[in-house]
Amino acid sequence: MSLALRDVSRTFNGTTAVQNVNLEVQPGEIIGLLGTSGCGKSTLLRAISGLDPEYDGEIEINGTVSKEIHDTTGFIFQEPRLLPWLNVLDNVTFGLTGSRKDKENRAIDYLESVGLRGKEKLYPRELSGGMAQRVAIARALVTSPEILLLDEPFSALDAFTKMQLQDLLLDVWKKYQSTIVLVTHDIDEATYLCDRVVILRGQPGEVEKEVTIEQERPRDRGSEELAHLKSEILESLDLSKQ
Amino acid sequence: MAEQQNNVTAGYVKPAPSEVRGKKASIKKKKDSLVKTVFMGSIIPVLLIIIWEILCRAGVVPSNQLPAPSTIVEKIISMAQDGSLWGHVWITTYRVLVGFVIGTVAAIVLGSFVGFYKKAEQLFDPMIQAFRSIPSLAWVPLFILWLGIGETSKVTMIAVGVFFPVYLNIVSGILGVDRKLIEVGKMYGLNTLQLVKRIILPASLPSFLVGMRSGLGLGWMFVVAAELMGASQGLGFLLVFGQNMSSPETILASIILFAIIGKITDWILKLVEDRSLHWQDRLEK
Ligand SMILES: Nc1ncnc2c1ncn2[C@@H]1O[C@H](COP(=O)(O)OP(=O)(O)OP(=O)(O)O)[C@@H](O)[C@H]1O
Ligand SMILES: [Mg+2]
Repeated sequence: MSLALRDVSRTFNGTTAVQNVNLEVQPGEIIGLLGTSGCGKSTLLRAISGLDPEYDGEIEINGTVSKEIHDTTGFIFQEPRLLPWLNVLDNVTFGLTGSRKDKENRAIDYLESVGLRGKEKLYPRELSGGMAQRVAIARALVTSPEILLLDEPFSALDAFTKMQLQDLLLDVWKKYQSTIVLVTHDIDEATYLCDRVVILRGQPGEVEKEVTIEQERPRDRGSEELAHLKSEILESLDLSKQ
Repeated sequence: MAEQQNNVTAGYVKPAPSEVRGKKASIKKKKDSLVKTVFMGSIIPVLLIIIWEILCRAGVVPSNQLPAPSTIVEKIISMAQDGSLWGHVWITTYRVLVGFVIGTVAAIVLGSFVGFYKKAEQLFDPMIQAFRSIPSLAWVPLFILWLGIGETSKVTMIAVGVFFPVYLNIVSGILGVDRKLIEVGKMYGLNTLQLVKRIILPASLPSFLVGMRSGLGLGWMFVVAAELMGASQGLGFLLVFGQNMSSPETILASIILFAIIGKITDWILKLVEDRSLHWQDRLEK
């Protein structure tokens, strides 16, 4: 599904968090949102999701402008947000419909992919921070959303698990051609995953720069080209420069 | 509460093979600690009872004022043998239970209404808050005037007493549900009814159960008041009867029975609570 933001701004009681954001996303494109803390990345994501309808401007999803929540949109929040009264399996099947057996089989597949096979019966209070986040990732991916919004999904994970889950995300993307908007602080992650990186800057946050990454996937994490892009991105994030 | 639900603490997972053994060990540990708490908790009461008994036997306290523990136990046993005990216990428990159920149901209906609809909150809540500041016992004369001293007025009083704590906890439980969890539900396209059923109800359950327990406590308090006002049977009636007959052992027997049944009903609710809230991340003592 395509996605377009036109002059999107969001003001919280008089202070503007993001201002005049314009963005066109093609179906199946992976967009990275990068920016210093507090520049409005989560705010933008919430506006796109429809959870926060109080923004100004227009957001168009698949050709229609609306402020509703689309049930084909998946959201991985900055925190796990698991339902504490459901065990891991029930948390993952939460958004699924269909027969119980079916739902559970799909959930177990994804739990396997995030490395939590055998932990189905645990309750959220029994999970570590990273495990909880992986459950949240499985819960969002299992519904195979057409638009996937991710707010620093991998930031609570160790480097190795992180890489595995980035590849899992790419698998899901390949299979369902989801349109993905990924907020991240990790520039390597952005250059590895994204077709385009949008850099927000300032307070109120505004689009500072867009960097297109044309390299074919699967990408080589250590490639010179990515390293070059990284330094370019770092430079535009550098607050000491104007 | 919201905090507690949202945080996922670092947990520790037992490896599968030792799980069964671990469970058994933990049950045994639990039993041990239960025995220990019971033992620790009963040292002082037992000592006091022994001293009390000795003082009574030695004639230090006059037995027509404070009978010895053994006299009270004898009193209870004799009432149990002639059968009058069961009638008193049953009717009192029955009144509390009926009043409790009515009060709780009313609180659930009104509380969910006020919790879910802003309009209902604006309409009802100020009034209910105002009523709350009236000590519920102040209603007693009015109820007796309206409903006589029969069962209806007793049960109504108990229901009124139960209503407020349950109502207040339901409302605060519903209003306190973590917005972040509701958003998760919204992202999955749940409609209002599904949101209520799948997120708001389970999330406000802890608060509801707290309300039920304090409501039950108040129910027991109110049954005493109701039975003191006028009854021909019941533990509260025994209190008055004991006073009129200047029989302190009857009064003390009745007080002890109140304590026992009150504790049992509370314990049942506690069991329900532990069962349905096992997912809660509480401090384990
Ligand atoms: N509900 C809210 N009410 C008032 N201000 C808010 C609210 N949500 C966000 N803000 C403000 O909007 C700005 C952007 O917040 P946002 O959460 O989008 O930042 P972010 O870019 O996601 O930061 P981080 O990288 O730290 O997650 C902040 O200054 C924040 O204080
Ligand atoms: Mg954020």
